[in-house]
Amino acid sequence: MTREEMLLKITDVFIDVLDDEEIVLTESTSADDIDDWDSLTHIQLVVGVEKTFKIRFTSTEIQQWKNVGEMMNCIEKK
Amino acid sequence: MKTFNELKKNLKKKTEGLPIIRIAILGDSATQFFSIALRGQAYESGYNVEIFEADYSQIDLQIFDFNSDLYKFNPKYVIIHHSTNKLLLHYNKLESTHKVKLCNDRLGLIKNLFYNLTENLETKVLYFNYNEIDDNIFGNYANKVEHSFLFQLRKLNYELMQFSHIHSNFHLIDLSSIQNSIGKNAFFQSSLYTNAEITISLEALPHVLFKTVKLIEALESKSKKCLILDLDNTIWGGIIGDDGLDNIQIGNLGIGKAFTEFQYWVKKLQQRGVIIAVCSKNSEAIAKEPFEKHPEMILKLDDISVFIANWENKVDNIKRIQSILNIGFDSMVFLDDNPFERNIVKANLPDITVPELPVDPSLYLEYLYQLNLFETSNYSEADQNRTIQYQVEAQRSIEQALFTDLNDFLKGLNMVSEVSSFNQFTIPRVAQLSQRSNQFNLRTKRYSESEIESILANDNFHTFTFTLKDKYGDNGLVSVVILEERNHNELFIDSWFMSCRILKRGMEEFVFNQLLEYASNLGYDRLVGEYLPTAKNTLVKDLLSNLGFSEVKNSWVLNLKEVQELKECFIQKFKE
Repeated sequence: MTREEMLLKITDVFIDVLDDEEIVLTESTSADDIDDWDSLTHIQLVVGVEKTFKIRFTSTEIQQWKNVGEMMNCIEKK
Repeated sequence: MKTFNELKKNLKKKTEGLPIIRIAILGDSATQFFSIALRGQAYESGYNVEIFEADYSQIDLQIFDFNSDLYKFNPKYVIIHHSTNKLLLHYNKLESTHKVKLCNDRLGLIKNLFYNLTENLETKVLYFNYNEIDDNIFGNYANKVEHSFLFQLRKLNYELMQFSHIHSNFHLIDLSSIQNSIGKNAFFQSSLYTNAEITISLEALPHVLFKTVKLIEALESKSKKCLILDLDNTIWGGIIGDDGLDNIQIGNLGIGKAFTEFQYWVKKLQQRGVIIAVCSKNSEAIAKEPFEKHPEMILKLDDISVFIANWENKVDNIKRIQSILNIGFDSMVFLDDNPFERNIVKANLPDITVPELPVDPSLYLEYLYQLNLFETSNYSEADQNRTIQYQVEAQRSIEQALFTDLNDFLKGLNMVSEVSSFNQFTIPRVAQLSQRSNQFNLRTKRYSESEIESILANDNFHTFTFTLKDKYGDNGLVSVVILEERNHNELFIDSWFMSCRILKRGMEEFVFNQLLEYASNLGYDRLVGEYLPTAKNTLVKDLLSNLGFSEVKNSWVLNLKEVQELKECFIQKFKE
């Protein structure tokens, strides 16, 4: 899977969880850029991404990402 | 089942006009997702819930402080979630000599919470039991060691059932069985617990809320009363008309085992008081043959209240069953293996519940277990006799058609009614009848057992129960009246409800006569009644006016100082 494909899949998760069709993600998008991305939705996003890619993040990983790109790095390692 | 995200999306939908239920949620771990899912799932069932969510880990503070926000919110239901994870943490910190007291200590706390809540609020408590965590300090041997966590946890779950058994306002949400059903790996996600104190995964939440809202529906008396069964390939394998008695699959033949176990399940429901009806496209004699002659049939004709087998369409037949039983379509479940029949019934009778049975009959039971269709909030011994009562009713309907003069028919029934005030033995049935009566119900006030108890203890209330027995059998307790003394001159009919099974027998007149005599003997001037319309009780819209009450400013008044004649009826009052 290319990084572009991965970003598209992650975008779908964000659109579903945040219920907002207009979300456009880049690798540098962070919680500061999206209004509804708070600690509670973060959990939902994590679970959504885990399900989509059929992976599980570790407890430490969940806390570490500063933006979408870092989350993708993490997925790539799985 | 809807996913968490789908439930969450319900929060954006309009809830205007939906009935509002106030629910408080108290947890010792994160409850935000639970609240969201609760609102979403309640929307699926047509409720708008208003939620009070206590701050994190405030269960004791909110309940033991009677000035807390919880009491100001005045919830109808309080949901308490003590998580197993927190219980384990607590256990870990205990001195080894105290570990054996974990169950009793926790139980003491729960009782304390419950008594404080219910003494200060008119509320029902919904408590999660404990999903299992095995710390495997002992392995299997934990079952032998009283102070092991597993031993204490299972004991606690058992004690909770005992406690719930004796307190009508304490209900358990069976978290443990949900974890058993979906598996611990799906139920619990360690990373979410570590990061956010979440003890129920997002995947498990819809299951939990499904069960929770089912329980609330039952408490709001939206429970199912009747199961209608197709026969061929639903309760046995094969087609009786084609395959013949010896070749249908039940018991040891083919996949008969699946059908046998299914029939045991139906039998247990029947014993619990769910009415069982049959609706089959068959000739009646052929359809009845297995019930009469097949040695491995679990269900017998005696278990079936209404048996309809003919070649007419199922929609009309189900309408007939409904009119014989006199209960709402929304309290009926229809099981049929044939998608065509299911669809035609669903399209014409949208209120009836029609589960999409799996193609493979060996999956029927697991599928039906999971739907939890027959959630109930009360249960009384009288439920067990219901089948016979409805069978007798079906028989009576046939005889009624033969009599040209209704009065002659009624006289011939030798009806006797016993009139009493409420007592400890009748409280469960009175509460149950108040929950279930929708049609003959003047004010549709619902009572829990504990509310009935407080009425019983209050001298301002005069209470009546009426039974009805006739030559065909005993209908049990069929009608309830609660009168409230508003002042020295006046009795108000706070409630009058009646089982619809016994309509058109003159019971209304009989009850009226009893009230008239009672109120006159005690020297009251007036009986005052009120009709509160609902979607289902138009049946009693004109009841009070027909009985001679006159309308005065939205209520109905009967002046006892004027001569009031007793109504004609053919029911004798039982005298010992």
